[in-house]
Amino acid sequence: MAKRVPPRVADHVPAIQRLRIRYAKRGRLRFTSHRDFQRALERALRRAEVPMAFSAGFSPHPRISYANAAPTGVASEAEYFEIGVVRHCDPLMVKQQLDAALPPGLDIVDVVEAATPDFAARLEASRWSIRLDQVDASELAAAVTAIMAADEAPVERMTKGGQRTIDVRAALLAAYVTAGTGDGSADSTHSAGAGMEQTGCVILNVVVRQVTPTVRPHDVLAALRSVAGFVPPVPALVTREQQGPLAAEGLVIEDPLAADRDRLASSPT
Amino acid sequence: MSASVYPDLERVLPLVQKPIQYVGGEVNAVSKEWDSVNVRWALMYPDAYEVGAPNQGVAILYEVLNGRADALAERTYAVWPDLEALMREHGIPQFTVDSHRAVGDFDLLGISFATELGYTNMLTALDLAGIPLHSRDRGDDDPIVVAGGHAAFNPEPVADFIDAAVLGDGEQAVLAITDIVAEFKAAGSPGGRAELIHRLAASGVVYVPSRYDVEYLPDGRIRRVKPIDADVPWRVAKHTVMDLDDWDYPRAPLVPLAETVHERMSVEIFRGCTRGCRFCQAGMITRPVRERSQAGIEKMVARGLSATGFEEVGLLSLSSADHSEIAPLTKSLADCYSSSQTSLSLPSTRVDAFNVDLANELSRNGRRSGLTFAPEGGSERMRKVINKMVTEEDLIKTVSTAYAAGWRNVKLYFMCGLPTETDEDVLQIARLAKEVIRVGREVSGTRDIRCTVSIGGFVPKPHTPFQWAAQCDHETTDARLAKLRDAVRSDKQFAKAIGFRYHDGKPGIVEGLLSRGDRRVGAVIERVWREGARFDGWSEHFSFDAWMSAAEIALADQPVDVDWFTTRERDHAEVLPWDHLDSGLDREWLWADWQDALEQVEVEDCRWTPCFDCGVCDQMGTQIQIGPTTTFVEIDR
Repeated sequence: MAKRVPPRVADHVPAIQRLRIRYAKRGRLRFTSHRDFQRALERALRRAEVPMAFSAGFSPHPRISYANAAPTGVASEAEYFEIGVVRHCDPLMVKQQLDAALPPGLDIVDVVEAATPDFAARLEASRWSIRLDQVDASELAAAVTAIMAADEAPVERMTKGGQRTIDVRAALLAAYVTAGTGDGSADSTHSAGAGMEQTGCVILNVVVRQVTPTVRPHDVLAALRSVAGFVPPVPALVTREQQGPLAAEGLVIEDPLAADRDRLASSPT
Repeated sequence: MSASVYPDLERVLPLVQKPIQYVGGEVNAVSKEWDSVNVRWALMYPDAYEVGAPNQGVAILYEVLNGRADALAERTYAVWPDLEALMREHGIPQFTVDSHRAVGDFDLLGISFATELGYTNMLTALDLAGIPLHSRDRGDDDPIVVAGGHAAFNPEPVADFIDAAVLGDGEQAVLAITDIVAEFKAAGSPGGRAELIHRLAASGVVYVPSRYDVEYLPDGRIRRVKPIDADVPWRVAKHTVMDLDDWDYPRAPLVPLAETVHERMSVEIFRGCTRGCRFCQAGMITRPVRERSQAGIEKMVARGLSATGFEEVGLLSLSSADHSEIAPLTKSLADCYSSSQTSLSLPSTRVDAFNVDLANELSRNGRRSGLTFAPEGGSERMRKVINKMVTEEDLIKTVSTAYAAGWRNVKLYFMCGLPTETDEDVLQIARLAKEVIRVGREVSGTRDIRCTVSIGGFVPKPHTPFQWAAQCDHETTDARLAKLRDAVRSDKQFAKAIGFRYHDGKPGIVEGLLSRGDRRVGAVIERVWREGARFDGWSEHFSFDAWMSAAEIALADQPVDVDWFTTRERDHAEVLPWDHLDSGLDREWLWADWQDALEQVEVEDCRWTPCFDCGVCDQMGTQIQIGPTTTFVEIDR
């Protein structure tokens, strides 16, 4: 009487298709944490009536795998996740419906059918733009030169496993400074970042290899502080611009969904 | 025009905890053009976003007001102290999360008080908004501050800070207020703020404290409360929405991005309760019972789920199993949604084996973890005093049904500090809990079951039969809880199977002061707020000592003190601070019910026994609306 059994395995419908999805976190929704995004996505999938596959057992969960979430407060043009569905779906339809179901600022950029293994391994590196306000460009350039010349740039960070020392330099593939344009790219859906439009706005672009533990943009800033004593006067506005496989000896990041697209294009359906 | 403060706010958000709670952007949020409407409301729930966002009252008014072509409504919540400090440093005003407009730019600021412990957060919001704390200091450009929610049935402690209070259901009341403001503005705001306040007071739609004089007797009691103007009513009555099927809000509930205390789509299945529990203010002030029809509920569930994508549906009311169509409703919803990974919950359940059947139905596929029942009183005698008509036999039968059906944990909710209560009454809770475990082990055939005893301190509330009662002092409450804890823990056979949760008695005294206080308590609230009190509903922020020392100073030149407001019993003749506010309950009936409580005389529910003349339906021109049919049967008396 007392024991209850989970729903029968025979009732369980497996995924027949997987979709790889690129999304952006823009404007004020850059403040969503990864957990916030997960809840918002699961609800949007239900609103969009995407035929999700669920795990078996007492409390079934939708089949979603996430990769390398950007930190809370960091905007992104290149976040990725993968879903399993129980009916064949047209990626373009899913892109439109899911984008419409998500709040503006959490935007679906690209959807492709998964046709290759090892997707997560293709997310080798990210390019981040770090928008710095009220900063002297030459001072920043000197700091960047200093860190690129250093053999190592250790910073301390609290991780789940306690205080860790991370070598930022080992993961830092490239760093260069460009002029800020004042359009507040991370902020296009709301207020256009009006508060950020001040003189002395520059952009620090960095290419960082995906390592464990992850080296985040704020670790790069911490390294600039420890190596060159550079401290931005106001919080930086950070955007992940790209994420994917490395090419041209670490200077170029390619589209991680290209392999799936190529495979689908070359195989007869 | 009203400019967005977001660019300034954005600079400080990276420096605060959980910034997502301040950015809005929820699915189904509304942002109307400022200049496209004539009347603009800021709606506040005076607690953190995670508590305020799921609040049904605000959600309903937000949709009702935004549904009007000539009005808009945006939401604002209490900001945590980390952001408050940064807002003060950078000159950022209290803002709405929808369009980040300054709250001071709106025509009206409506604040929903589910509990009195939100009063200090209201003062923070007013101050951050740049609105003078005292209504008498406000000018033509300041919003009209309107209080609502259950605490507004005695708004006297905040009489200095609010301009008006709405009693009862808000749906029609906010529309009526909007009409008055729209007409006033259309006429070119003749006579300025004073005239608008006067129009509101004379309308009878709201209670305007500043248009009433309170006179006191030398001993501190109230002599009388009298309207200042000849055209302002002596008593202000509550609002009652009839035909809930016509008010099917919220239609498209907000889906917060931040995590909140209730992650679900809620549908109110009926309003009001006539069980007659004497401690329960909600049951007394929301009469009569008005059910939503089964078809109406099913429509709201279907529409709400497709608008939100929520994974859980909560069927809300004061006692959900009492809905006349609850069995067919739960079966129909379970049939419809059990295959779609959508769960259903019935948050409030009475002690009744029937409720276990309902819970079984709602958890067909899910795990049967915990079920909650509320016997409220530990002894048979106590339950008669409070009119909670549950026998020990009922309780044991109910929990054994639950354990036998596979439920692992039964949570029992009780109160401590009830009128006439003795140590012995409270110690009965330990005996009951042990009996529950003993029977549970027997019927389930396993020792792997638990019973959690959760205890809340009783606070006497206005408009209830216990409004005259002496509140139990916190020393007595704490001593009783300590004895109870020892009694639970002393028996090794059961100690590990019984969880024991309670709060100390001190917060209840502050809640008691704010619940039954009069206008003199306003000085205490202002003083403790100036000393730094914030988020009094959160134990990590609440300071009893700060409240007591503020009360000592603020009431120093008065013949009254905290004990006078809390632990003092009132007699029949005393004018209570809320006597001029009409909940429909006949004062003589309330007094007779108070006397019945002392005699342990129980009162039945008027839904299935003859009317016992509580006064509400006659006074308010309302009727009980219950099924079961597809159309309502209005019980005519």
